[in-house]
Amino acid sequence: MIELKDITKVYHLGEIDLPVLKGISLRIDDGEFVSLTGASGSGKSTLMNILGCLDRPSSGEFWIDGRNVAGLNANQRARLRNQRIGFVFQNFNLLARTSALENVMMPAYYYHPARSNSEIRARALELIELVGLKERMHHTPAQLSGGQQQRVAIARSLINNPGILLADEPTGNLDSTTSVEVMNMFRDLNRQKGITVIIVTHDPKTAAFTDRAINMSDGLILEGVSDELSATLKK
Amino acid sequence: MKIGTLLVTCLKALVRNPMRAALTVLGIVIGIAAVVAIMEIGEGSKKQVADKFSSMGTNVVTISGASVSTAGVSSGMGGRASLYAEDSEALMRECPQFVKAASPVVRASGQVIVGNQNWSPRSIMGGNEHYLSIEGWKVAYGSSFTRQQVNEASRVCVIGQTIAKELYADTDPIGQDIRIKDVVFTVIGVLEAKGADGMGNDQDDCIMLPWTSIRTRLMGASGSATISKGGAANSASVSSTDTFSTSAVNFYPGCDLQPYANAPHPLRTRTVDSIAVQVIDGKSPESAMDAMTPVLRRQHELEPGVLDDFNMRDRSQFVKMMTETTSTISSLLIAVAMISLVVGGVGIMNIMMVSVTERTREIGLRMAVGARPCDIMWQFLLEAVLLCTIGGFIGIAMGRLASSIVSEQMGWPVSSSVSAMVLSVSVAAVIGIVFGWYPAWKGSRLDPIDALRHE
Repeated sequence: MIELKDITKVYHLGEIDLPVLKGISLRIDDGEFVSLTGASGSGKSTLMNILGCLDRPSSGEFWIDGRNVAGLNANQRARLRNQRIGFVFQNFNLLARTSALENVMMPAYYYHPARSNSEIRARALELIELVGLKERMHHTPAQLSGGQQQRVAIARSLINNPGILLADEPTGNLDSTTSVEVMNMFRDLNRQKGITVIIVTHDPKTAAFTDRAINMSDGLILEGVSDELSATLKK
Repeated sequence: MKIGTLLVTCLKALVRNPMRAALTVLGIVIGIAAVVAIMEIGEGSKKQVADKFSSMGTNVVTISGASVSTAGVSSGMGGRASLYAEDSEALMRECPQFVKAASPVVRASGQVIVGNQNWSPRSIMGGNEHYLSIEGWKVAYGSSFTRQQVNEASRVCVIGQTIAKELYADTDPIGQDIRIKDVVFTVIGVLEAKGADGMGNDQDDCIMLPWTSIRTRLMGASGSATISKGGAANSASVSSTDTFSTSAVNFYPGCDLQPYANAPHPLRTRTVDSIAVQVIDGKSPESAMDAMTPVLRRQHELEPGVLDDFNMRDRSQFVKMMTETTSTISSLLIAVAMISLVVGGVGIMNIMMVSVTERTREIGLRMAVGARPCDIMWQFLLEAVLLCTIGGFIGIAMGRLASSIVSEQMGWPVSSSVSAMVLSVSVAAVIGIVFGWYPAWKGSRLDPIDALRHE
């Protein structure tokens, strides 16, 4: 369960203070399938960075599974990201000239306590198979299509069995057919494995796949709007 | 991250860009190769010098009488005939932990005759049965003189290669007669060649006798000359050996000289010119000298406060001085080679900086999925160290190749030096750490959010 209380984030640009988040309170239960929408500049990326423990809020409280993570230092946040959160990015962010399999294995090397290579490999093979890329696992990202690359990235995000999956515009670089494939994959993961999936997007079609849409505007959450939107789009 | 995985990750990162990696390590390779080649050549020439001097007998302490001055005229070192053959035995007896062997040494000079040939050897030396081994001589064929022959003052001698060549030409000298200052000796052995000493003197132009034989049978032994130079006090006693000089008064007219020469001399024959002491391997000559001084003082019954009537010199000092000259030159060259290593290190740093910038996205991703700043730091540091160490090993191979080419083409002596290899690999690793540290640190300081967005 993720809980945010009065989260603010202020960037200091020289003399000027630039508030980006102006008091966000939010609760996402385990197993939810949520989208975070909003226009650019609404603060959704900043909120996502805080949710992903990449950034620290300026003030407010933030719990993941009942643990206050607002005050964690860089190393503690790194460990938390490694063990609890899986990331999927818009531009896939796969390691170039590295096989799909090794890309999937990479986060597991930072897992603590360290696991054996064969164990990691077996788990990665399982995930590669899950995303349907078994016969392409030795291909490098350059040899894969955009959709395939994103599927490798999803497999990578799952290697450490995270409870939360955070996807930043996962369909932003994909055509509509592959977008649907990828979103279906997220939904399956949410439904079958009970993983909390949070998708940051500005695209209503993508947001429509999720159960709940959280709409942000100008550093605040506008409740309710997205519910109606998703309801209309689902029809 | 486990060290093995980290190593594999780094290796893969290097292999991904082999040309760049090769060019980057080139600086290190050249630097290390230069260091190794110079060290091997330096080591070789140092060894050559040491070999040359060890043929003169290393680890040998020479004890000579102190100087004596009469009426303001100083005799110089060894002027006082204060050393006795018994001193040599006392040293062996009382300092067994330092003294491997000790021998009295007496010198003589004069003409030797074989058949119708004659020759004036550069040196005629007398010692005991240990003398040849102390001085680093080996007997090529025949044998050395024994303790019994020393005690009996036998008329036997061992000759150097030059003497053998000059006087015996192609015939076997063993068992042949040789007349040394008109006394007939038998050649019992021929020494192995030593060649020239450090000063260019022919060491093989020598004859070795039992010291007792010189003292009792040869006239004009150096003892008399030295002592008479030294002072009147000794001249009377020593003049007995002058009996055989033509100018001396003949106290026993009608006496046949030859039987007299054959009989051991009772008077003051036991003073010796010097004592050569071989120090046990691994013991320093200085410590041996410290141990021997009280023994000699006791032997000579010197009261406390009285100056030593002898003088000790360590021959290895000379060898040290010569090897130091060569090592000074080679350390100078190594310093120059080290500069090229530093230049190579700067090259590594440069490429690592580029690599960190180039892989900013990768760093951001690794951080996002859970790499701590120290993990990133280790990754890049290890990459730099790996690059340098690989360069170090290639450099060693190149350096050895270069030194073997030099030794083959120019005939310079080379000697493989393990310390050079260990040193250069560790220097390479240290360079990797020093020059890889800053880029690695910069990489680890990146903000994952910015790094992920980096284009």
